[in-house]
Amino acid sequence: MRNPLADKVVDIKPSGIRKFFDIVSEMEDAISLGVGEPDFDTPWHIRDEGIYSLEKGRTFYTSNAGLKDLKIEICNYMRRSQGIEYHYNDEVIVTVGGSEAIDIALRAMINDGEEVLIPQPSYVSYEPCAILANAVPVIIELKAENEFRLTAQELRDAITDKTKILILPFPNNPTGAIMEKEDLEKIAEVIIEKDIFVISDEIYAELTYKDKHVSIASLPGMRERTILINGFSKAYAMTGWRLGYACGPKEILGQMLKIHQFAIMCAPTTSQYAAVEALKNGDEDVNQMREAYNQRRRYLMYAFKEMGLECFEPFGAFYVFPCIKEFGMSSEEFADRFLREEKVAVVPGTAFGDCGEGFLRISYAYSLENLKIAIGKLKNFIERLRKEKEA
Amino acid sequence: MREKILSIIERNSRIDLKELAVILGVEETDVVNEMAAMEKEGIICGYHTMIDWEKTSVEKVTALIEVRVTPQRGQGFDNIAERIYKYPEVNSVYLISGGYDLLVTLEGKSLKEVSAFVSDKLSALDTVLSTATHFILKKYKDHGTILAKKYEDEREKITP
Repeated sequence: MRNPLADKVVDIKPSGIRKFFDIVSEMEDAISLGVGEPDFDTPWHIRDEGIYSLEKGRTFYTSNAGLKDLKIEICNYMRRSQGIEYHYNDEVIVTVGGSEAIDIALRAMINDGEEVLIPQPSYVSYEPCAILANAVPVIIELKAENEFRLTAQELRDAITDKTKILILPFPNNPTGAIMEKEDLEKIAEVIIEKDIFVISDEIYAELTYKDKHVSIASLPGMRERTILINGFSKAYAMTGWRLGYACGPKEILGQMLKIHQFAIMCAPTTSQYAAVEALKNGDEDVNQMREAYNQRRRYLMYAFKEMGLECFEPFGAFYVFPCIKEFGMSSEEFADRFLREEKVAVVPGTAFGDCGEGFLRISYAYSLENLKIAIGKLKNFIERLRKEKEA
Repeated sequence: MREKILSIIERNSRIDLKELAVILGVEETDVVNEMAAMEKEGIICGYHTMIDWEKTSVEKVTALIEVRVTPQRGQGFDNIAERIYKYPEVNSVYLISGGYDLLVTLEGKSLKEVSAFVSDKLSALDTVLSTATHFILKKYKDHGTILAKKYEDEREKITP
């Protein structure tokens, strides 16, 4: 029989998280700090709207790009949060999570062999999606001393004649890093000068703990070269509803819509009705969840300081990214031993790119009570490691 | 800062003050001072415990009693409310807009005890026109805490 498989798919490495997942699932009593989704339930009024839409029999397809009401609400949100004007009619696509938006944006924009710049550590899907779109992924290794922000120099150094797109993943999973307006202005200059495009993954936009998030698309000259991706998963605790969206210039969105139309048809209808309610009446829920995350974030930063664990202060998403280089073991070894000896699961930084070596991703999408138990165990563990090192 | 302190201790009055300061990103002494000031000003009126008495062997019935009264000249409802809230078995007394005037909640050992209170004491007050007593059969949620179901984390243990 012939080989039924495509080489480029076979060559994609499975996610580094997978292996860990298998060990953790076998441990009944393990505490996990390894989750990349909110611990809150979707606010009830939003769920209720989904249920109501089912009761009303709204179980048909929507138009390919999404419900008109939802697209209008998304445009309203973009106007009030970022001051960016998008046309609901041809500059918004409602997608199956932010993940689909990343995929179709890359596929719509890349010709074979063009380069996509991917800052790492970052979410696991950019590199495989770029490969599947026949792009050449070029990794930019972000540095702890820059608080894992992307600098103009790093960007400039990575650009070649073949560079087409920069993926901009801020606020960042796994580091919790943000890019503030001044940081964005500096890289926007390079982007415009070098005439490249941006896929800005802003799924954590609502979860920042300093100033409000600023989108790169709101800077002069950037709207026309940015695909802005956001969604409902993180802000409204709606991961399972699988709903995201892309906004951008109609010349690009029109082509993305073709892929979406033929591959997906439309995003889930129930979720779209619920999302209208989220955007209309969900601000207070988001505020409350943000406040809860922020309290946990402060607690973790304090606890790390107390135990002398090096960690830059992250101002976004719901992750902290402490450095474990002092213990002289790899992230994976550390996470593996921590899990076996203390039964707490964290994700090794290397799951998000090689430059995550020496770091751990700790999620604070857990109640303070849970975090306290887990941090107590972390303290025991690192004290033991320090003693081992002395001996 | 006050609102933030209050919204946290409303749910967890046993929180360690050092920890409260840490999660709010302020100094511990400021938290201590604010709490003391709010106690003095009567903003913080007590530190109670949520108890699901259903799970204990103690027999308790809770009743909600709608009370219609005649307001008194110059006193409004305050006088009559005071006469009711002074009974220790009365849990709360609210002045209500709508079809009746006061909502009284009451805890007793038994149905009989509660009805005795209503007929002998409450209805006997000369400003009380009528009462309607509702017994609570089951508490699903109280003070923002869901009693009927325990939270379980059903998420996958590791996700990217």
